[in-house]
Amino acid sequence: MVYSASRWCPKMADLPQNPAVVIVGSGPAGLAAATLLAEAGVGPVIVLERAATPGGVPRHCAHSPYGLREFRRLMTGPAYARALVARAKAAGVTIHSGVNVTQLLPGPEVAVTSDVGPARIAARLVMLATGARESTRAQRMIGGTKPAGVLSTGALQALIHEDGLIPFRRPVILGTELVSFSALLTCRLAGIRPMAMIEETGRTTARKPSGLLPFALGIPLLTGTSVAEVEGRDRVTGIRMAGAHADRLGADGLIVTGRFRPEAALLPQSHLVRDPGTGGPEVDQFGRCSDPCYFASGNLLRPVETAGWCWAEGRSVGEAMLRTLKGTLAPDPGLRIGSSGVSAMVPQRIAPGTDPALDRLQIRVAVPSRGRLSLQVDGSEVAGRDLRALPERRIVLPLPRPDALQIEVRLAQDQQEGP
Amino acid sequence: MTEHSPLPDDLFDIAVIGAGVVGCALTRAFAMAGARVILLEKAHDILDGASKGNSAILHTGFDAPVGSLEAACVAAGHAEYLDIHDRLGLPVMKTGALVIAWTEDEEAALPALMEQARQNGVNDVHFLDRTALREAEPGLGAAARAAFRVPREYLIDPWAAPLAYLTQAMAHGAALRRNCPVTDGAFDGTGWRLTTPQGTVRTKAVINAAGLYGDRVDQMLLGRSNFTIRPRKGQFVVYDKPAFDLATHILLPVPSKTTKGIVVCRTIWGNLLVGPTAEEQEDRETAVLVPATLDALRRRGEEILPALAQHDITALYAGLRPATEEKEYRVTRHPENMVTVGGIRSTGLSAALGLARHILDGWPQGFGQGDGQGTGWTAPATVWPKVPNISEAGPRDWQSPGHGGILCHCEMVTEREVAAALTGPLAARSLAGLKRRTRVTMGRCQGYHCAARLGQVTDGVFSQPMVPEDG
Repeated sequence: MVYSASRWCPKMADLPQNPAVVIVGSGPAGLAAATLLAEAGVGPVIVLERAATPGGVPRHCAHSPYGLREFRRLMTGPAYARALVARAKAAGVTIHSGVNVTQLLPGPEVAVTSDVGPARIAARLVMLATGARESTRAQRMIGGTKPAGVLSTGALQALIHEDGLIPFRRPVILGTELVSFSALLTCRLAGIRPMAMIEETGRTTARKPSGLLPFALGIPLLTGTSVAEVEGRDRVTGIRMAGAHADRLGADGLIVTGRFRPEAALLPQSHLVRDPGTGGPEVDQFGRCSDPCYFASGNLLRPVETAGWCWAEGRSVGEAMLRTLKGTLAPDPGLRIGSSGVSAMVPQRIAPGTDPALDRLQIRVAVPSRGRLSLQVDGSEVAGRDLRALPERRIVLPLPRPDALQIEVRLAQDQQEGP
Repeated sequence: MTEHSPLPDDLFDIAVIGAGVVGCALTRAFAMAGARVILLEKAHDILDGASKGNSAILHTGFDAPVGSLEAACVAAGHAEYLDIHDRLGLPVMKTGALVIAWTEDEEAALPALMEQARQNGVNDVHFLDRTALREAEPGLGAAARAAFRVPREYLIDPWAAPLAYLTQAMAHGAALRRNCPVTDGAFDGTGWRLTTPQGTVRTKAVINAAGLYGDRVDQMLLGRSNFTIRPRKGQFVVYDKPAFDLATHILLPVPSKTTKGIVVCRTIWGNLLVGPTAEEQEDRETAVLVPATLDALRRRGEEILPALAQHDITALYAGLRPATEEKEYRVTRHPENMVTVGGIRSTGLSAALGLARHILDGWPQGFGQGDGQGTGWTAPATVWPKVPNISEAGPRDWQSPGHGGILCHCEMVTEREVAAALTGPLAARSLAGLKRRTRVTMGRCQGYHCAARLGQVTDGVFSQPMVPEDG
């Protein structure tokens, strides 16, 4: 076996001891914030990335569209990731790859490990931008055997993009979120021909035009159908389905897509408050965590939005960090927003101050829902609309005033649609 | 002799069939006693059958049938593990267990179980009433009535242990052949000729430790078997690391006649698990995960520890126990220089070292080098090779410099750990084997972040690659 640890993880003996800002995660959100802060001249800004190369999820998505908002041209994911990295470096940001953050501490201070061993880095402010990952087969309680060939979209794209490895030829794609169609495009580019896309609910989760893609490619889209069992000992030999198409497909793989959840493993052992709805940190409209020295942005806050959205959010939260460093944004715990009938909401708190980084309330539902969504401030509805929504889709309401005494987001269901 | 060189023509003292935890412990015991041992495994890697999925508990044997071989071997195995674990680098998490009564009937059964424990030599059990129980485990469901504590029920690493046994055996000269099923055999009155795809193995004696195929190996070699394997499936749900803090003890139910019942306990890697079920089946190869059963398991887990409802699931797995028509182990000495060690069910991990000692002590003849025929042979000094610690019970590789970076971020597995597991005489031969040695991809993301890097470092290494050949 040819094995070289050094090729994978460059020696990194030069971690700065006291940077102004540490950003955890080098995806679009983290790099956008880092670039903004470095350009503003706040002092050393470092980005810590645990993977071998920076850029986050887009670096494996070898298809369009990326970059319209940020670079005003159509790019593939890898080109977009490289452009974000180049822009950050040009601004003076130092990106350290192959560094894992192991602990978040008051101070703020982060504990890390890398090839040179464990270390600690203190800073004036820290931003968490660790992104999200797809739910696994286990989390979705998929039955059957456990052969090789059951992958998430992220793992599939990394295998193909980084290794040029083709793990299967005729898989089934589970899910119809935006990322599911990204999986479909990845398959197509790699010469993999999925046997079917299957969706547990009655309709496609992603909006048009993505939903039309399987038809254009001649791949059956089976709604109202779930995976009953994975078959095969060493490799997948078949997928048994339940529901509308209670059938068996002689597939050699299963791509388990979507149902993103925040990559928030550092939170439970930290002093930061975790929001049970999103699974990410609890933040106010400035992206500030319960410890005001910590900020967060991107898909860690709320699975899951596009790269462009995360980039814009990273910049906005970066601006709030800049104001904090300049002393023009004072820490204040603010008011917690109540909620009923919705599964998640961000921000979860409203603090005093103008020019919010998160300028809307982003809301998610856990089940297909229809009803009246309203924002109640001090007992009366200040915004609302009749809603028909699917899980994983973006729902927004205007941000409530910071001087309210009581705020609640309420979804009164007309009826709950079956799957 | 490496695993790739042709099988030698010379005579082994013992061929052990089956590299599960029992086969590995037997190989160790006999190799350290001076025997020339070869261990034959049909799968790509060791621990691929019954030993790949269990609850990872080092039992005291408190609930074994009094006077049984099982009780004796579990007690002896427990003692020897504690004696040697440090020298082999093996972890132990000294949690203790609580046998919890959830109903009036179960509460009434506790005194008899405590008496049974004492008869099994487990004298340190003691009773906890409702108040004391709640104090010991504040997270328990409200229905918990009473319990008794078994202080020496511990958690161990079910894969590192047999790996260490075999590593030590090989350091004492034992040979290992994987991908090497025994397909036939003949006894000529003094020794055996075993047929394998890699050639013929000549050996004086055979030990059948073939687990789920124990009866079939007996049939094949002897034309008879005094037991029948009835595979008993156990499904498990593993929770993410924050759930580790929900309970400190191993939470056991009052056992039934057939099973120890559903356990909630920590794992040595910092998770919390709920399981196993006990489901009889015909299939000896595949343990199928059934969502409805796993859901029921999850609900039972939430009755035991209500806070589990707020915790994420990391993994689901299922194992097969080689149960037979009787509860007792099926150990038989055959006149054809062969011993069958069969029907080692749930307690195999705890009993393995004790079983190996039991078989060795009862061995009728000496061995080639050490048979006392005045050859002047003396046993070489015992060596204690340490296996790497991948548990949360000791320091991890990522905490020291030069680890090459983290490959699996969820389980904090380093490049150096993976490289080590892919080299040496006991190098991983399959992705499953690599997972058992390092825990790569076994964390909460199940490979989302590390599949690509794992594909690179294992490309061309495994007999069953991550990616199909025609890919």
